[in-house]
Amino acid sequence: MTQAALSRARSRRLYSAAMVGLGGCLLLFIVLPFVALVLDGGPAAILRGLGCALTWPALRLSLGTTLVSVVLVVVGGTPLAWWLARSRWRSARWLEILLQLPVVIPPAVGGIALLLAFGRRGLFGGTLERLGWTPAFSVVAVIMAQVFVSAPFYLQAAVQAFGRLDPNLLAVARSLGASPPRLLFRVALPLARPWLIGGAAMSWARALGEFGATLMFAGNMTGKTQTLPLAIYTALELDIHTAQALSLLLVVFAFALLLSLRRFNRGVELTRQPATP
Amino acid sequence: MTDNCVPRLSIAVQTALGPFCLQASLEVGAEPVALVGPNGSGKTSLLLSILGLRQLQRGRIVLSDEVLFDAALAIDRPTEERHLAYLPQDFGLFPHLSAIDNVAFALACRSERVNPRQRRDQAMTWLDRFGIGNLAERNPSRLSGGERQRVALARALASSPKALLLDEPTASLDVEARVEVRAFLAESIRSLGLPTILVTHDAMDVEALASRVAVLEKGQVVACALLRDICSAPPTSFASRMFCSSRVSGSVGIAGPFCNEDVRHN
Repeated sequence: MTQAALSRARSRRLYSAAMVGLGGCLLLFIVLPFVALVLDGGPAAILRGLGCALTWPALRLSLGTTLVSVVLVVVGGTPLAWWLARSRWRSARWLEILLQLPVVIPPAVGGIALLLAFGRRGLFGGTLERLGWTPAFSVVAVIMAQVFVSAPFYLQAAVQAFGRLDPNLLAVARSLGASPPRLLFRVALPLARPWLIGGAAMSWARALGEFGATLMFAGNMTGKTQTLPLAIYTALELDIHTAQALSLLLVVFAFALLLSLRRFNRGVELTRQPATP
Repeated sequence: MTDNCVPRLSIAVQTALGPFCLQASLEVGAEPVALVGPNGSGKTSLLLSILGLRQLQRGRIVLSDEVLFDAALAIDRPTEERHLAYLPQDFGLFPHLSAIDNVAFALACRSERVNPRQRRDQAMTWLDRFGIGNLAERNPSRLSGGERQRVALARALASSPKALLLDEPTASLDVEARVEVRAFLAESIRSLGLPTILVTHDAMDVEALASRVAVLEKGQVVACALLRDICSAPPTSFASRMFCSSRVSGSVGIAGPFCNEDVRHN
């Protein structure tokens, strides 16, 4: 009896130890690099890194281009997601999968694809050039690369958010006489808002971190197409502490984004009607 | 000509519905019709078809003198132009709008040009008419079941509907709220005089709210008759279980609940 209880207690201890050990390993593995990023070299080295000539043009470019990207993604992604979520057309499901492709392919592949499509010698490059527009290796290319890789994050969140809306609410709104735009702007968007904002933030974060496709399609020209991640890559060849300082900038920005998102979404947490009072 | 004064909803539809075919003919005048049948018999599908939210292969739906759907003439009015008030089981109040804004939403749908202040005043009048003016600024999550239903009905009527479709109006309520809601609904339906279809699983709902019963079985309307007649000669085993078990008369508390039908209506 006591023997059995003892062995049960021992196996429970063993179980807890294993769980804490395994989870703790992963936790440390993820946290330690951030600790190093903050502490290594001390504040003086980091401040010196921030003074590097690469820093401010890259920061300005990153903030500007990602802002434009996220706006483009939301403006185009919202109607597309609304249609995808409501379409009974079978091909819509396939389209949804296709639109997730940029997430799973390596960004460099995305860059090559963009180059082959819109590059000077690309599939549509000739046509664009005749129209007097060569997007490759310009600020526009930076934005195009960011939209390409980050749009799926918003699209997925928006399709799911719209798909989760109570069909009864939409049916009632229509029976009350709500026109299609009213249905979208007064019912669907307000109800889906927390998830849409979450999706937009994820897509923004992805655009901010975009490296591979930008390098392939827009190049790495300081002050012109060199975003923060590219500047980090360049700085690494000069001085690791400069790269560290630039990385810290990105981390701080991403962290602030996450925090404000949580704060904001707590504020507008959807109050669902309880089934019974 | 006199027929035009009585609003009337005529339905004759046919469409594939899973394993069987939804094939229903129904005439609804000023007397409310209860749609009953086992789960999966097509009650909700029929309701959604009338609303225009489900594709139909054949048939015709006419509301008074307005054709809502006609497969032969390729007429299929969109839901928002059908002027049907739909009250789903949980009443479908918009959780992001207060009670008054829920009603104002319906008013805005029907008259774009009215300014918001005027619209709010109108919405307030509707809430007052249903005795819930004091709850105007409340969010639906902070209303009781009975209050939610009043808001939903006020909102539905503010959209000036020409017929009323109710899907299990008391199913999501506790027993006490059920009694209150049922009494309130019965009074409203009777005073409105609109063609009303009511889907329900509850014999007491039928007794209180409807005068005729349509029994649906595997997508077919197998009978549509006065409640009393359905009760005395149930067309299906489902109808017999629903209306003629001692459980029902027991809970109503009187010997023959359905024989009082005519007395109550007179």
